[in-house]
Amino acid sequence: MSVLRLLGLGWWLQLKMRSRSAFDGALAIVYPLFFATSVFLIYRQSASSTALVAAAVGASVMGVWSAVATTASTSLQNERRQGTLELLVGAPRPFALIVVPITLSMATIGLYSLVATLVWGRLVFGIEVSFVHPLTFALACVVTALGVAVMGFVLAVSAVRYRSAWALGSALELPIWLTCGFLVPLSILPDWVRPVSWLVPVTWGVSAIKAAALGGQPWPGIAMCLGVAAGYALLGTLLARRMVDSARTHATLALT
Amino acid sequence: MEVENIQRRYRARTGIRRRAAREVEAVRGLSFEVERGELFGLLGPNGAGKTTTIKMLITLLLPSGGSARVLGHDVVREAREVRRHVGYVFGGDRGLYERLSGLDNLRYFAELYAVPAREQRQRIGELVELVGLQGRERERVEGYSRGMRQRLHIARGLLHRPEVLFLDEPSIGIDPVGARELRTTVARLVELGTTVLLTTHYMFEADELCDRIAVIAAGEIVAQGTPQELKRGVVEGRVVEVEVFGDAQSVLDDVRALAGVTSVSVEERGQAQLVVVRSDAGAEVTSSVLAALAGQRLGRVATREPTLEDAYVELVNRP
Repeated sequence: MSVLRLLGLGWWLQLKMRSRSAFDGALAIVYPLFFATSVFLIYRQSASSTALVAAAVGASVMGVWSAVATTASTSLQNERRQGTLELLVGAPRPFALIVVPITLSMATIGLYSLVATLVWGRLVFGIEVSFVHPLTFALACVVTALGVAVMGFVLAVSAVRYRSAWALGSALELPIWLTCGFLVPLSILPDWVRPVSWLVPVTWGVSAIKAAALGGQPWPGIAMCLGVAAGYALLGTLLARRMVDSARTHATLALT
Repeated sequence: MEVENIQRRYRARTGIRRRAAREVEAVRGLSFEVERGELFGLLGPNGAGKTTTIKMLITLLLPSGGSARVLGHDVVREAREVRRHVGYVFGGDRGLYERLSGLDNLRYFAELYAVPAREQRQRIGELVELVGLQGRERERVEGYSRGMRQRLHIARGLLHRPEVLFLDEPSIGIDPVGARELRTTVARLVELGTTVLLTTHYMFEADELCDRIAVIAAGEIVAQGTPQELKRGVVEGRVVEVEVFGDAQSVLDDVRALAGVTSVSVEERGQAQLVVVRSDAGAEVTSSVLAALAGQRLGRVATREPTLEDAYVELVNRP
């Protein structure tokens, strides 16, 4: 109960903080629409309406990932700059439980981009996503956002030890677009990419969202997304402990 | 709190193409003990190792050598237990979430510091009142003055009723009234049984509050005792202060060479310089000091009893 309370309050207050900057807010609103517009303009050339819907879904998840990838890896650097990172590490609660709500709040903001992309596609480009399984579609979106949040968690904890780990998120942003099949089907990529993509929860999430929207079996994708995300959560928790110990040894929790 | 020969070394890197690393010894084997309910001061110039020592004791840094126990818990092996029982407040206006209200900051930290849910509301209310933020607690921190931020820091540090409180230059940058209120709050906490370890640059603050003091210079303890013991042990004589308008530096060596003079320092006071001369017990040096400064334009001349600041200056400047 106390863990849920920590996660819930942490998520809510982090969300409150992130939504209070007018500049950040405006960027978060406009940014996904640029992604969506570029993707729709490229895929409009295709005669297949299925490809266009798949692109709409891919572009929407792209927005969720982009909202988390860069901000997750810079978030702890920001905590370091404002002098709160030491207070988070010095708290008696496990550090992993303190970081998870931070990236969950980012993924929540990312969910907006998912909705905005689909609405933008409908209103401006006339792309109608008919949702074969609407409820499962909504669930697949939430599970995918959760998968993205957990990936962000792993990125974020690296920044506890390494002050320049903020660059990791930017470095991974585009490769994940490609390897998870956001825009192009995995089948046209080299064979060795496929096993790599299976290790990323979002691949399964995107596959579930597409199945729920276009017709197919979304449940295996949802289950795999949750399973792989659980693996990442475990990895992040172990990594958090190692990184905090290493940061205490190398004195990287503060700027001075 | 038992600290035994604690050490901390850092690796500092220089250069871009040819990177070189060198080891910096920030803390060189400090040993001291703090009794339960005591207010212990750590004094020393910038870079002496005070903050590094505190960070090792609150488990944010691992010591390179030696050991330390807080309330019987080892700071390396039982970090979680130590964290449950200690509070940490530092000076300056960082360490708070600017976009959240003071109240939300306290709610968040109450959760992080495992304050039971049913107690949180009452505890936060008590602390907001204790630090005098009532009526302003729902405003965002970005609009707070420095003094208000410092008071919020103190409230944050006390949320989980820590048995040991570490105050790292808590009064830095706050106005005299705020600093006095802070001293009253700290004294009240000690009366209630909280053990406090305080670092400060304000000697009168240390003199007024601390039961015992350790003076650190270059990572080592150079003296330890009650404020009275430090004053007696280092400066037994009297202190002569002479206001000089002009270049006091050029005659300092002459003053230092006078019989009975133990140390001399200079403080800038606007257009004047205040030459502070400390002398041996029983030595009467006022007339010989004035003779040595004869070529200068002099202002106020005063003699007084030595203060903790005199003791501190002498201790940290010893070769």
